[in-house]
Amino acid sequence: MRQRSIIAITAALAAGSLTLTACGSRDDDGKSSSGDKTTVVIGVDAPLTGDLSALGLGIKNSADLAVKTANKQELVKGVEFKIEATDDQAQPSVGQQNAQKFISDKDVLGVVGPLNSGVSQQMQKPLNDAGLTQISPANTGTELTQGDGWKTGKSVRQFKTFFRTATTDEIQGAFAAEYLYQKAGKKKVYLIDDQKTYGAGLAASFKTNFTKLGGKIVGSDHVNPDDRDFNAVVAKIKKTGADALYYGGEYPAAAPLSQQLKDSGQNIPLMGGDGIYSGEFPKLNKKAEGDLATSVGKPVEQLPSAKEFIANYKNAGYKDAYEAYGGLTYDATWAIIEAVKIAVEGNDGKVPSDGRKAVLDAMAKVKFDGVTGTISFDEFGDTTNHMMTAYKVKNGAWAPEYSAAPNVS
Amino acid sequence: MHELPQQLANGLILGAMYGLIAIGYTMVYGIVQLINFAHGEIFMVGGFGALTVWLTLPDGFALGAAIPLMILGGVIVSVAVATAAERFAYRPLRTAPRLAPLITAIGLSIVLQQAVWMWYPDAKKDRPFPQFDGGPIDVLGANVQRGDLFVLIAAPLCMVALGLFVTKTRSGRGMQATAQDPDTAKLMGINTDRIIVMAFAIGAAFAAIAAVAYGLKNGQVGFRMGFLMGLKAFTAAVLGGIGNIYGAMLGGIVLGVAESLATGYIGDIPGMDLFGGGAWKDVWAFALLILVLLFRPQGLLGERVADRA
Repeated sequence: MRQRSIIAITAALAAGSLTLTACGSRDDDGKSSSGDKTTVVIGVDAPLTGDLSALGLGIKNSADLAVKTANKQELVKGVEFKIEATDDQAQPSVGQQNAQKFISDKDVLGVVGPLNSGVSQQMQKPLNDAGLTQISPANTGTELTQGDGWKTGKSVRQFKTFFRTATTDEIQGAFAAEYLYQKAGKKKVYLIDDQKTYGAGLAASFKTNFTKLGGKIVGSDHVNPDDRDFNAVVAKIKKTGADALYYGGEYPAAAPLSQQLKDSGQNIPLMGGDGIYSGEFPKLNKKAEGDLATSVGKPVEQLPSAKEFIANYKNAGYKDAYEAYGGLTYDATWAIIEAVKIAVEGNDGKVPSDGRKAVLDAMAKVKFDGVTGTISFDEFGDTTNHMMTAYKVKNGAWAPEYSAAPNVS
Repeated sequence: MHELPQQLANGLILGAMYGLIAIGYTMVYGIVQLINFAHGEIFMVGGFGALTVWLTLPDGFALGAAIPLMILGGVIVSVAVATAAERFAYRPLRTAPRLAPLITAIGLSIVLQQAVWMWYPDAKKDRPFPQFDGGPIDVLGANVQRGDLFVLIAAPLCMVALGLFVTKTRSGRGMQATAQDPDTAKLMGINTDRIIVMAFAIGAAFAAIAAVAYGLKNGQVGFRMGFLMGLKAFTAAVLGGIGNIYGAMLGGIVLGVAESLATGYIGDIPGMDLFGGGAWKDVWAFALLILVLLFRPQGLLGERVADRA
């Protein structure tokens, strides 16, 4: 019997700690339904636990900030916005469950998220069937909006409910190739990806564009995103004589990869996409100096709207930083708020009975100046904001080098 | 082939780290026949223990001088967590069916990960770990980083010390006796509970040393680092013959070198270019494990079942 009770206590403790974790990732404020206001819920899906939780918590907080700002300004009269944040643990199957949860809650008129393209692939269809608008701040997989046909110029819109404020791999890969070949003068590149939807897609797009410009891919490899020891791969790069390494993946693996590359005596830069454009990258990598990254939009210092966002975020007192996707998340959330506004104004100041359809219809008309630039969506649901910036690590921090909107044929 | 010495050195360094962690799996299994799947997390908390020591030391403290203190800090945290786990999670289940402690171990591993994620400051992302300044050292045509020297020195020292402890001391012989037959050992007056705690503690201390090596090598520790390293170390323990302490180290080194060579060379074999590189290295490592187990189900050094400890 004694053993039984100890098992019971252990189980209770384990269950208790898991519940606590769940509580920690939920926001309970903003629930006060004041008077006769209608509550509109915006679902947020992102990895709030796990090794990408830093990015995910930034997404959650930024969406929360957008909602609070809209409520404070009373942007839509008679409507109180609220977010409902769920954790997808960066796992597609969990993301799909979260999508079902949003669908079953009739107050949810739009969804912001997720972070990972792989998760998005599983969320798109159920949300589409329910006619629920989804805007991802971070998905860059080109096929998510344009289908597999985009490579051959036969782009077809996949899901009428899917939009994004992030730009596509196609644009990011083209911009990276252009910058590396023409501005940085690197002609021989070694290519590595982490086999995830994001990393592999970006690497493939980079490869196509880099070889089109006349550059040479001298070798390629794939790594496991959970690994932190890449010395064996690094030794392989050495014999190819590459003058740069392009990595499709995220910063937790990119940082040790870059450091081990330089530790092996190869003084060549690592370049990556927005997945490595994080303040953590130079902190985790003692030899990050000279490494390159591309990210969406103009540098925040150059946009007044971004400054305001940063100041508000700081004043709101969030525990975690807004990270790489904060601005894009704010814009994605704001786009849904704008769509709700259009829908409400077209219905005599009331939330229409079929709110989801009205919001989706309004998405085509959404246009505003956001944190990352002018936000509107094209016929595929992609952002019309193609501005990209290349950054370089200087004195232990990312510094903007060059901004342009690449021409994608 | 001129990078062969480099690949061997990479494999050896990685393998020595696997081996140090594998000791914990093998000792606990040898004595209580429990696969302690929470051992990867014991390794992880050791890394955070060492990091905490480093963060509390004043700025400008030399890393070389700090390392003994960091090891001490890591060992204290790891041993405390491991003995607490033994006392409160495993001991009550010692007479329960085998599956119960196994599932408990998996649960414990999730709890420990989440606890660090939630309560250690800023641990939601990987935390930077101090590293030695200065370039690599050339050893027989291979570049060895300064941080990697640590594991190359610590691993053999630990193995010698453990070997002496098991064979020469009273407690060590008690450990061997408990491994052979716990009931008889108890009848002979050996405090088997103490011996079992000791096995957990030694395994945890070695894991903490491995965690310091991991931090110095990769420049970061994260709450998830125990999962993959634990899985690899467990593989190393099985490869070397679970229950055998020298087998654990040998298994670790074989696994590390196999991974390194698979990354470096499989892709160069004509017709195999699709199956080489970093993505397939785990596949080849596990293929090797299956091959070894086909011909030697007891593992490389598994025949010394009698004196496993």
